[in-house]
Amino acid sequence: MVSRFLQTLGNMVTKRIFRLGFAARFFVAIFLQSGTAFRRLNLTLREIYFSGVLSLIIILVSGLFVGMVLGLQGYDTLQRYGSTEALGILVALSLVRELGPVVAALLFASRAGSAITAEIGLMKATEQLSAMEMMAVNPIARVVAPRFWGGVVSMPLLAALFSAMGILGGYLVGVQLIGVDEGSFWSQMQASVDFQKDILNGVIKSFVFGIIVSWVAVFEGYDADPTAEGVSRATTRTVVTSSLAILAADFILTAFMFTGA
Amino acid sequence: MTRTTIDLWVGFFVALGLAALLFLALKVGNLAAASAGETYTIQAKFDNIGGLKVRAPVKSAGVVVGRVSEIRFDPESYQAVVKMQLDTRYRFPRDTFVTINTSGLLGEQYIGLDAGGDTDMLKSGDVVKKTQSAVVLEKLISQFMFNKAAEDSGGSGKK
Repeated sequence: MVSRFLQTLGNMVTKRIFRLGFAARFFVAIFLQSGTAFRRLNLTLREIYFSGVLSLIIILVSGLFVGMVLGLQGYDTLQRYGSTEALGILVALSLVRELGPVVAALLFASRAGSAITAEIGLMKATEQLSAMEMMAVNPIARVVAPRFWGGVVSMPLLAALFSAMGILGGYLVGVQLIGVDEGSFWSQMQASVDFQKDILNGVIKSFVFGIIVSWVAVFEGYDADPTAEGVSRATTRTVVTSSLAILAADFILTAFMFTGA
Repeated sequence: MTRTTIDLWVGFFVALGLAALLFLALKVGNLAAASAGETYTIQAKFDNIGGLKVRAPVKSAGVVVGRVSEIRFDPESYQAVVKMQLDTRYRFPRDTFVTINTSGLLGEQYIGLDAGGDTDMLKSGDVVKKTQSAVVLEKLISQFMFNKAAEDSGGSGKK
């Protein structure tokens, strides 16, 4: 009984480590085959359209509402200490440092990452990838690399848009609706938000999250079982794995970027 | 969808993303105001800088006239040396008094300049002599407690 349990556990761990090794090899292969994605720019542009432009609505609307909620909650807390003029700092720092990159990446994983996995998984299930190999076309260069780079380029732009919309949402609720002084809102924000430390680090974070989500999405699609059930499971795994990876990476990046003097 | 339509949408998306970045840099981070104008550097030595940080504002009469550019420890005098970059539009006399203040009770720390009456003005690289360190709240409280205790014990002695 115990030995069978240990055997199952060992098999599971070995399988995971094999899969991790394959994922790492796949990541290197994408970089090695990226020449096609840059030479045939229309392939990458098409992917930026599918993962970036089509995610715009969900990112902009979510950003606006997250900013509005921050404005309301921030005002409610700050007014207890008589410092409602600090609402601008609270909204801007929360969005630029954390919520912008992280929430945009989670939405991106759900909207674009799952779509990429399903598309590549279906290509595998319908043997389109094998057909490409038969025609001496490398599927990593032709299918995977453009989708990967499309995601990596889109993510920082979407995160910036999320933060900008969130700040506008905070402004609408805080200044226009509740009546916080407009001058204080902007000036306190400008005095406290540092371009290099806050904004640039936020952009770096979203770039790293873009790599993580795109990598997980293309890998899960490429590694999916070529059945309807296999593709659906791969799509679910993309959302779960990339969401957890984003949150873990966020902790590590925050520890590097924002701690210390 | 034709290729031209995709190009148009992607171009629109990239322009929108860059505009958002520009908005964050200029309107939120105030990068334009931070890097605008010529500056000159002066130094000041303090016994204690408290929680002063690089890029903290240097204010005179409440107006931001520069930023802290470097903070280091001087191993010879055992003091903190603070370098400040001041806007060339603003000149200060050589006997200007430099203090480390706190905005509000728990706000961020900044440097305050109180202009003196000297006719010579500070030049780039000058070291300001008259400084006052940051007020360390713990020290102030312990001093108050010590005085209070001394007062109380003195009072009971008289009785």
